[in-house]
Parts: sequence; structure tokens; C-alpha cells
Amino acid sequence: MSAPATDRLAATAAASGRLDTGPRPGLSQAERLGAVMGHHLLVYRRTWKGSIINRFLSPLFFLLSMGLGLGTLVDDGAGGVDGVPYLQFVVPGIIAVQAMWLSFGESTYAVFGYIRWNQMYAAMLSTPLRVIEVLGGHLAVVGVHLVVATTIFVGVASLFGAFASWWVLLTIPVGLLTGLAFAVPTFALSATLDNDNGFSLLYRFVVTPLMLFSGTFFPVEQLPSVLRPIAWGTPLWHGVELSRDAATGTPPGWLGVAHLGVLLLYIGGGWVLAHRQFSRRLVS
Amino acid sequence: MEGVGVVTEGELRILDMDPATDGAAIRARLGVCPQRDILDEDLSVEENLWVYGRFFGLSRSEVHRRADELLQFAQLGERRRDRVEPLSGGMKRRLTIARSLMNNPEVLLLDEPTTGLDPQARHVLWDRLFRLKREGVTLIITTHYMDEAEQLCDRLVVLDHGRIVAEGSPRALIAEHSTREVVELRFDLDDQERHVDAVSGVGERLEVLPDRLLVYVDDGDAALTSLHARGVEPLSSLVRRSTLEDVFLHLTGRTLVD
Amino acid sequence: MSVASVATRASRALPFPAGVGMARHVVGRNVVAFRRAWLLLISGFAEPVLYLFSLGVGIGALVGGVTTDGGTTVSYATFVAPALLAASAMNGAVFDSTYNVFFKLRYQRLYDAMLATPLGPRDVAVGEITWSLMRGALYSSMFLVVALVAGMVHSWWALLALPAAVLIGLAFGAVGMFATTYMSSWQHFDYVTLAIQPMFLFSATFFPLSTYPEALQWVVRVTPLYHGVALERGLMLGEVGWSLLGNAAYLAALGAVGIVGASRRIGQLLLT
Repeated sequence: MSAPATDRLAATAAASGRLDTGPRPGLSQAERLGAVMGHHLLVYRRTWKGSIINRFLSPLFFLLSMGLGLGTLVDDGAGGVDGVPYLQFVVPGIIAVQAMWLSFGESTYAVFGYIRWNQMYAAMLSTPLRVIEVLGGHLAVVGVHLVVATTIFVGVASLFGAFASWWVLLTIPVGLLTGLAFAVPTFALSATLDNDNGFSLLYRFVVTPLMLFSGTFFPVEQLPSVLRPIAWGTPLWHGVELSRDAATGTPPGWLGVAHLGVLLLYIGGGWVLAHRQFSRRLVS
Repeated sequence: MEGVGVVTEGELRILDMDPATDGAAIRARLGVCPQRDILDEDLSVEENLWVYGRFFGLSRSEVHRRADELLQFAQLGERRRDRVEPLSGGMKRRLTIARSLMNNPEVLLLDEPTTGLDPQARHVLWDRLFRLKREGVTLIITTHYMDEAEQLCDRLVVLDHGRIVAEGSPRALIAEHSTREVVELRFDLDDQERHVDAVSGVGERLEVLPDRLLVYVDDGDAALTSLHARGVEPLSSLVRRSTLEDVFLHLTGRTLVD
Repeated sequence: MSVASVATRASRALPFPAGVGMARHVVGRNVVAFRRAWLLLISGFAEPVLYLFSLGVGIGALVGGVTTDGGTTVSYATFVAPALLAASAMNGAVFDSTYNVFFKLRYQRLYDAMLATPLGPRDVAVGEITWSLMRGALYSSMFLVVALVAGMVHSWWALLALPAAVLIGLAFGAVGMFATTYMSSWQHFDYVTLAIQPMFLFSATFFPLSTYPEALQWVVRVTPLYHGVALERGLMLGEVGWSLLGNAAYLAALGAVGIVGASRRIGQLLLT
């Protein structure tokens, strides 16, 4: 492969040896994950403005409307919830809901688009990358978004006196886990759907009802007893409970371990499904 | 296409490796240019190249240098900072090809590289691909355009419903499956039927199309002379060399393959 | 000049009603398209009902009674139901006239195909808005039935809540479509969210206007959804006064501005 000296096409030799003819040095797992994450973060650098409203202003609007406005009614009517001012009751719920919103936002149309519309996953898989890194790298970036968004919201909400304890900092990992408990299974779903109509139904029949009935705005004990077990099965309720315990500085005890277990179960089960669906969709 | 399809029979080796076990090592030396330009429209031209190069484990400086080389090759240097979305079809195609070259591949797979492009863009692309070939990159092209195959390919495989029906250089395929020349005869449309008998027997093979007769012969002019001698007077006649298109249609038939 | 051409000219000068004849084909197209997505169609009705149930039952138990800005004290569910009706009329109309229209305009190129037929741009605009209002009316009447059965309707005036909901839909749909004609990318929909979501949360929907400090009350009074909420609440709770006409007039004026603007812009966009 000797090119004329004037020709600029032939690759200048690379120190990594990865442009040489013949067998090339392989990539470490960290390099692979880093390359995938680098791609998503670069894209986000170009599109972050669009996410500001949904990601940061929406939770703030809910805080103002529910926490302060509706809070006035609740505190006047019942003196708060379980002895806590309504603002302090509802804001940890909003933290978990925000994590859920963000996760659905990053793992429905975004993932479907990478599979169907611009087929970026296929482009990645035509390089030395494998499904495990394509999936793991994308999810890791969703995790970064979750941590950043939760941290900012916690910071802003604390200005309104929404928290009673420094333990509130634990809501950041709780937000991360709650978000991933939705994101990972949704990745699997997005890799399974044949068209994007399903997402509208998902938002209407899953996301909105979850927000309304998972103990975010009022304790699930207010629900008719037949509905309560449904709340117990969803990741959101567990996230809300953990977040609320952290924000109020209440030790959650064994129940907290159970909450954590459910979230991890969703993440682990979701990973198995997502990896299988990605492999089916993209590698055959 | 990407070394991951299912092998139904025989053995598949790429770069002397088994794709089932050495997928990543093969892909490190392989370029893939899919039929659809699957570019990241949120990123600029050069960013598309950079991130793709990183997937091969190239360092930041290696990626930048390689992208510079390829932007020049793909004649996209002036658009390097532009978003991908407003680029013309030809530009997107060249960018996709440039991207598939980021890892300096030894084998480049091209799926229908010029489908949907205007004639100018096609010729620019053929020129680029020809240069790649001259530099020793093995091009594997799938195409429905026989002129494209004739332009670029040293060795050709004709597939019909997934089975190989012929294989060889363009010249050898024509020699084997067609005659040297083809005479195209046009008659008054209502009248064509009447002449079929008179024409048949002149060449090796006669094909009756709705608007013309194709006579496959080795010497077109001689065939015309003998037709005149038989009193066949077409409205117009044309003698041309056999092309790959003739071979392809002969081998796979004229019925639509959907 | 023949009668027909006079009629055509007149119809071109008028922004709205003349296209209705052809616009029904646009509506017809949408009906056909939705036959395959009936689940999605029906599900549009679910959201306000879920909100009503969640807030009515859950928050209602915490809040007890609410004193409206009209002075009556009602249960929280009864207080919030009219607001949800108004908000869902707004949400549906805005979604149809922005997101759906944008998709058809820029991606599906549906209108280009329609305009290659005898349909005109005004037929398209009128047809889309009509379809959106029909859907909205369907959802609103279903919601009203639920509210009635749950005992949240206190007056015969509530019969007017349905046309009021259609008026809200018209006002927001027309303005939404007008805004859509200026949009060029999906990013612009974030501005739609930015306009809609605060209105949904702050237009005296979930708590009475009197909760706000005096200065903020005036800000809230400027927003269109506030007038929709006030109108529906007045009708469903029977707190009827002349101010309701003011609310309705505000919405009608908004709708008129939207329709005139949208027709002009669509003509410019599609015929060039």
C-alpha cells in the first residue's frame, strides 16, 4: 500500500498503531466506553439548550405551584402532611419525578432514533465497539445527566427551604437510581418497538399516572386500598420514599433496603432485557 | 453487510479471521459505508469524523490529523464546521465515505454508493473511489448500476435471489454470457410482430421487447447487411457493444425482482 | 364577473368561513388516519380524568374545602374539575396545532400533497382546526360526564361548559397554529412547553387566585388560560356573572387574532 508522496489520502502513521496495515492493537474496555460517552456528550454540547426547559424549569414550576401555591391550601387545611409542611413533603417527590421524566426523555425517542432514524448504534457497531459498550456508554451518559439535574434541583429547592436535613444530599444517588430504574428497561422497550406511536401511549398510560399515583403529591395511603399495591410495584414510589426519607433525615431502616432492592432489580432486569433486545435488533 | 450476518453454508473468513470470534479485530481494519447516510445531524462535518475515529481507539490528535486528510480527500474542507443537515446528497455521501475511511481500512464495504445522486456527484464519487482502489484499498461494492460495476470493479459477482449466478471480470462476463455486439432494431410498433421471424436466425440470440428487437451478434454491421439482404427494413437500427447490463438481464431475467 | 368568481373573490378576502366546504376533506383525512390509532384517540381523554382522580381524592383529603374566588366553599375535587377541563382543552388544542401540524407541514409534507389537489391553504388551516375542535369536544363531553357522575357539577349552567371548552380550544388552537408557522425546528417546541406548562400550573388551576400576592394576581389575570379556567369554574359551579362574558370575549379575541394570522402565514408558506 505505497501511495505517492503527493497523495494525502494515505493515513499518516499513528502512534497508537491503529492506522497500520495488518492486525491492530485492541481497545480496552475503558477506551470503548469513553468513546461512546464522548460521542453522546459532544452531541449534548450541541443540544443542551433545548433540554433546559424540560429539565430544570419544569421541576421548578412544579415546586412553585405545588409546593408553595397548593402548599398554602394543604397547610391551612391539614397543617401539612404527617407533621411536615407540604413544601417539604412534595419536593422530594418532585426530585424522583424529575428523575423519571429525564430518563424517559433520554431513553424513548432518543434511543429509538439511534436505532431507526440516524442509525448511530449501527454505525458504532461497525467499529470495534460491541453492544455492551454501546448500551453501557449511552446509559452512563444518562446517569451523568441524572446526577447533574438532581444536584441542580436540590440546590435550587434548598433556597426555598424545601429541606430539613443535610441528609438531602443522599437524594442525588437516589435520583440516579430512580432514573436508571426507568431508563434501563425503557432502553429495552425502545429497542423492541417497531414504530414510535407506542411512546405517546407510554407517556399517557405510564408516565403521567405514575406521577399522579406514586405518593408524589400525597401519601399513597390516601388511595383506595386496591390501588396501593400498584404503587408498590412501580420504581417511582420506591424512589419517592427513599428521596423523602433522605430529605427529612429519617433513617429508612429495613424498608429502605427493600426500596433500594426494588430499584436495583429494575435496573438489573432492565439491563438483561436491554442487552438482549439491542443484540437482536442491531446484530443480526 | 457488517460481518455479522448469518452464515447458511460454507465458511466465512474476513482478513483471514473468523467474524464469529474476531469481530472487533476485523472491524478495526474494515470500513463500512452503508446505503443510507447515517450521520449525526446534531454534529458538524468534522465532529462526525472525530467521534467516529474515537470509536477505533484513535487518540485525539490522531483523529484530528486523519480527519484533516479525509476532509481534503472528500472535498469537504470548506464545509468542515457546518452542520450536516443542510449538505447536499453528494456531500453527505462523501462524508459517509470519509467517515468509513477514518480507521484507514484495508477493506471498504460500500452499499449502493451512488444511488440517488445526480450525474456530477456520481462522477466525483467514482473518481474518489478509483483513487482508493489505486492505493490498494480493497473495495467491496454492492450495486444495481451496471455502469458503476463496469467502472469500478475488477471482479464481479452476479447475485440472483441471494445465489451466485456468475462471477468474473466485467470483460470475461460479457465474453461468456453475451455476444460482442448488440443490434437494436425499431419498427413501426404495430408492425414489429411481422418481422420477428425474418430477424430470428441472424444472431446468436434474439430478444423481443415491446418497443424493439435486440439481436445478439458478434459483428453488428455484418448482421445488418444480411438483414437488409433478407428485405428487413427497420425504422431505425443501432449497433452497440454488449454491456454488463445485457449480461445481468440475461442472467437474472427481466421480471421485476421485489 | 360571474357569481361564482365573485364568491371566490369574497372567500379569498375573508379569512375564515369560505373554505369550510373543502376543509371537510382535511377532516375526513384525519378521521381515516385515526381509525388506525383509536387507542391514542381515546387515551387523550384519560389524562384529565387521572388528574381529577389523583388530585380530587389525594389532595382533597388533605385540603378539605376550598373557598373559590367567587366566595363559595366547595370540595377540592369540585374546585379543580373545571380547571382541568379548561387545561385539557388547551393542551389538546395546542398539541394538535403545534406538534401535529409541524410534523405534517415539515416532515410528512402532507400539506404539500393536499395543495396539489383543489384544496387551498385556508381549507387546510380550517380543516385542521375543525378536526382538533371535534376531538376536543369529544374529550370535554366525556370529562363532563365523569364530573357529573362524581357529583362535581353544581349548576345547569354546566351545559354551557362544553361550548366554553370548544371556545378555549379554538383560541389556543388558532394561536398555536399561528405560532407553528414561525417554527423551523423541534427545538422551538421547548418554547411551547415554556408557555403552556406555567399556565397549566399557575392559572388559578390548582389553587384560587387569592392565594397569590396582589401584584402576581394581575400577572395571572393577563394569561389566557386564567380566563378559560374562570369561565369553566363559573359555569360548572353556577357562579355566573357578567365577568364570564369578559372571559369569553378575551378568548374569542385571541382566537380571531390566531385565525387571521395563521391563514395569512400558511398561504405565504405553502404557496411559495
